[in-house]
Amino acid sequence: MKRVFVDLHLCPPVNQIEKVKKLVEKSAELGYSVVGLTLPIKIKEGSVETIKKICEDLGLDFVTRIDLAPKNAKELLNILKKVRRRFEIIAVQCNTKGVAIQAAKDRRVDLLLFSIDDPKKHFFSISVAKLASEKNSALEINLAPLLYLEGAPRIRLMKILRRDALIAGKFGVPIVLSSGCNTPHLLRKPEDYAFLAYLIGLDLYLAKEALSTNPMNIIERNRKKLSPNYVCPGVYVVKRGKDC
Amino acid sequence: MLERIRRRYLLLKLDCEKPFSKKDFLSALRSSIIRLFGEYGASQTEIFLIEYNSETKYAIIRCSHKSLTMLRASIASITKVAGKPVVIHVLLVSGTLKALRKRMQNIFIKEKREKER
Repeated sequence: MKRVFVDLHLCPPVNQIEKVKKLVEKSAELGYSVVGLTLPIKIKEGSVETIKKICEDLGLDFVTRIDLAPKNAKELLNILKKVRRRFEIIAVQCNTKGVAIQAAKDRRVDLLLFSIDDPKKHFFSISVAKLASEKNSALEINLAPLLYLEGAPRIRLMKILRRDALIAGKFGVPIVLSSGCNTPHLLRKPEDYAFLAYLIGLDLYLAKEALSTNPMNIIERNRKKLSPNYVCPGVYVVKRGKDC
Repeated sequence: MLERIRRRYLLLKLDCEKPFSKKDFLSALRSSIIRLFGEYGASQTEIFLIEYNSETKYAIIRCSHKSLTMLRASIASITKVAGKPVVIHVLLVSGTLKALRKRMQNIFIKEKREKER
């Protein structure tokens, strides 16, 4: 069966529809079937519909996503209450240890993002990985920085990402590879990204899984949860009506 | 007896606004490999530019079979050639040049049809 490739992290300026269109068109041209766009928390329903229409015209499946960057665990819990049913994917930028632990043990969080600028603020550790694997949260790795960084910063980044991939693999945390780009010239084909993942110690098979199966599992799981027929884990409404 | 050298042939497409010279393309490719894998890694790739067409923006390169992963990672990490932004896509990989050229024709036919539409 042909693989369905997913890019869960496109972050164009959503208020500039032309730029969104260019980026989405490029994604379709490069062979992606599903794209996730980072949306602001206060986005209007009309804007979402416009983007959805653009994606549908190009034959792409559009996934709504929000990136949260809370200052502490309490703030994360408060925001999660408000956004969980509005977006299909929730990613949390873990800037503190407390947020990383809370995000990893919360079922409502889908993706964990960690700082790549400062190694001291990179909180993906063995303990976080254990929590994340229990709650099915995935580790997201953005590949755009590997393209635009050069020299010492790129060496540092590769070192950090290699360590992350190793820990995630050891504790069974699914890895999701995304582009994380806002301009078309940083987009690459899924195959090219799979080979680029060689730099962070992922073999070709695992890289392809991280570009297709792992993100697809998250999307399907969340769509089921967001459907009106979902009651609780394992319980769904099969039929409604008087004759039930 | 020496083992037969296994090679791979790659068809590349350059996604850029203005065309650039063969020399610029090759130096960008080489410097990308050296930046990622060093001079030792670059020597293992054994790259050779077989064909380069600046008008159609297609290129064919040859590399050693063992270094294909390294080369593809290097190609994906190229963002600029001669200071101009560029994206290089690998369209085909083949074990022989003959097979590559044969499959290349199908791509060109498809492209032509799309343009006509």
